[in-house]
Amino acid sequence: MARSPEISQARVSMWQRVANAMALPVLSLLSALVLSAVFILGSDLKVLTAFSQFFSDPARALLTAGKALADAYGALFIGVFGDPAKIFKEVGEFFATGDTQGLAIAFYPFSENFVTATPYIFAGLAVAFGFRCGLFNIGAEGQIYVGAAAAAFVGYSVEGLPWIIHAPLTFLAGALAGAFWAGIAGFLKATRGAHEVINTMMLNYVAFNLIHYLLNGPMKRGGAAGTIPISRNIVESAYLPTFFPEPIRFHAGFIVALLVAVLVWWLLFKTTLGFEIRTVGANLHAARCAGINISRNFILAMAISGALAAMAGAGEVMGVNHNLAEGFSPGYGFDSIALAMLGGGHPLGVVLAALLFGTLRNGATKMQSLAAIPIDLVSIVQAFVIMFVAAPIIIRRLYRLKTEVGGQMILMRGWGG
Amino acid sequence: MAARTQVERSRLLAQRWRGLFYLLVGLAILVFFTSETRPDQIATLGLNTTRSVQWVRLPDLVVPVVPAVWVLAAIVLALGMRDLVRPFRRGGWLLGIASFCFLAAFLVWAARGTSFSLIGILSASLQLATPILLGALAAILCERSAVINIAVEGMMLSAAFTSVLVANLTGNIMLGFVAAMATGALLAAWHAVLSIQFKVNQIISGTVINIFAIGMTNFLNQRLMQEYTDLNNEVTFPYLSQMFPDLGKIPIVGPLLFDQSPIVWLALILLIVIQVALFHTRWGLRTRAVGEHPRAADTLGIDVFRTRYINVILGGVVAGIAGAYFTLGSVGRFDKLMTSGRGFIAMAAMIFGNWTPIGALASSLIFGFADALQVKLQILIGQVNIPYEFLLMLPYIVTMIALAGVVGRVQMPAADGQPYEKQ
Repeated sequence: MARSPEISQARVSMWQRVANAMALPVLSLLSALVLSAVFILGSDLKVLTAFSQFFSDPARALLTAGKALADAYGALFIGVFGDPAKIFKEVGEFFATGDTQGLAIAFYPFSENFVTATPYIFAGLAVAFGFRCGLFNIGAEGQIYVGAAAAAFVGYSVEGLPWIIHAPLTFLAGALAGAFWAGIAGFLKATRGAHEVINTMMLNYVAFNLIHYLLNGPMKRGGAAGTIPISRNIVESAYLPTFFPEPIRFHAGFIVALLVAVLVWWLLFKTTLGFEIRTVGANLHAARCAGINISRNFILAMAISGALAAMAGAGEVMGVNHNLAEGFSPGYGFDSIALAMLGGGHPLGVVLAALLFGTLRNGATKMQSLAAIPIDLVSIVQAFVIMFVAAPIIIRRLYRLKTEVGGQMILMRGWGG
Repeated sequence: MAARTQVERSRLLAQRWRGLFYLLVGLAILVFFTSETRPDQIATLGLNTTRSVQWVRLPDLVVPVVPAVWVLAAIVLALGMRDLVRPFRRGGWLLGIASFCFLAAFLVWAARGTSFSLIGILSASLQLATPILLGALAAILCERSAVINIAVEGMMLSAAFTSVLVANLTGNIMLGFVAAMATGALLAAWHAVLSIQFKVNQIISGTVINIFAIGMTNFLNQRLMQEYTDLNNEVTFPYLSQMFPDLGKIPIVGPLLFDQSPIVWLALILLIVIQVALFHTRWGLRTRAVGEHPRAADTLGIDVFRTRYINVILGGVVAGIAGAYFTLGSVGRFDKLMTSGRGFIAMAAMIFGNWTPIGALASSLIFGFADALQVKLQILIGQVNIPYEFLLMLPYIVTMIALAGVVGRVQMPAADGQPYEKQ
């Protein structure tokens, strides 16, 4: 039986829609990577000297530049996937002898992508949730630390509880601390109209100082006699379980993160609260006219956003580090701004973007050690990504796209609103 | 009509809260700063510096701690009471006085039973206020034409970086200074294209520049300055007192105003120039018209886009000078993330100062004083039983309080943050 033309047309337009939705983030990322290459080349003296003789020896200039880029991006590849030769060898070994240790070592780099993606999912959801309510939460980094501190405290000070109670309790303690921390900014926004961008930024600095104080005072391992600013290890009953032999660090936090992403999707798109939050984000005036309590939604959205960000910190403490240390987050919170924008503020998009960012940061670490490219390159990439996603018109002109890409996703207000 | 009364009512309520807040501040001064103090304790505040030779040595200022705290608390309590009974129309100066009393009481209390250089702390206040003032001026230039600029932080950081880089590469400090201004202008132009041309949300556009600045400076710092350490040698402008030794010998004024980098003076001059230009010149009138009602300005033949471009880029130049102050004006070397949020504090200083240069000066001085206290009090750490991390939090918390509208009603440019759509 022949298919009716309407159905096939619908099929096509769905694919069209997917392609449309993917075009902006993919092209943005691509353009950002190309632009960042300029920084790699521009800060490489060998390349610069080669280019200074470009007219006498153009081949050498191009070759040097090509080699610098190949080194950098090759290191990125190895950082992301591990050494392919080693993986083949160990897989063969495993089938021959059943040795899992070598296999674990070979797959370690690849598994790290998911370990790094875990905090990114949480933090990305946090920022995306804020976007949905028209709030720009750039304080995820501070919320991560506050959440980690609360989780670490509950993790090491409560003893003798079974795992099934202690682990969720620790996780929730972290989330609540983050909710409170971000809630301050939400409260100030709702009651005083103070802009959350500056307040969350200020709360970041307050949080960093607070953590520094805690780790050199009340939470310091070994009390006043302790020498390193690091907390005690949490009790084993607060660990998030791992599944694979050492050194693979993949832990249950990744699965929790995926579940939380589903939960956020449900909350945003299937509940009244989510509808209200999205309405406030989309059109403040309409929301006010519809009798939605805007202050309440601002505070709630900010608190939920903070809780999500804090889960990233709690997850790192419970699944990876098992203690609180200064600088344990290499900027997950800051990265998550670009990540949430790349993910279009949608939980599914955030999960995909988080996997990508986890991979990127993981690879960038290798790039730093193998090709001496500082990891801060990631921030430069991010700045360009945010720019392209926020200004789709640049991408459209650059690639001469005929169709509209991306939508007006984020609506934020100035100082007053 | 009903809506209006509700607005009136909420404003009255807000003012009640403001009065209560000041009463609380007054009480806090009393409770905190008389606690660990014996009634006969005195604080000695030095008026001389050890650094420069002076024509006359002044006697130290001897202050009995408890009465001084009482007086300062009484001032705040009286103002709070008056504000509660009959609210002040503009509250900016009220917050200024209250913060000053709080900080002064704190200073006297911290110095109880010992001596402390008052000149030192005031001079440090001016130094620390300078980048905040310049940042606030940069932001005012942008926002008076209705472009929000939260990228001041990023412009300052990048300018601080390039100033040291260029000064060391060329061996010429003036070129470093010019490079700083150029960096600010370039980033500002980027911000302008994104927010004026492409109508990107101005806060997002500012965040792009802030993140870019962090990445760019960290990246190049590690790749260039740590590789070739000669690129990060110390370069600073000489102090005015080094150029004109006699000026430094004047008591009080010498160490306060002349043991300073020329950039401090440049900031004060810019302050006056911008204040006059904004309110007494044709350019200022046009700028403000564009910021308040771009459509009307357009109708009268003012090029809205052009005005905004010029203002944003001028703001970038000023932000660049602020960045140069961090390096060429004080420590002379670039350090990772050395601006540490001063650009955001500058935004608060601007709001706090009601979008006027003079107001920004007053608020940056308060922020500078809070900052200086925090730096200087680490010397008195035994005296003050507060972990220094909490002192470090102080400027950020003050910023949040300022933003929370304790200032009272602020009047921002009416079109602030809205892209202009030409019809």
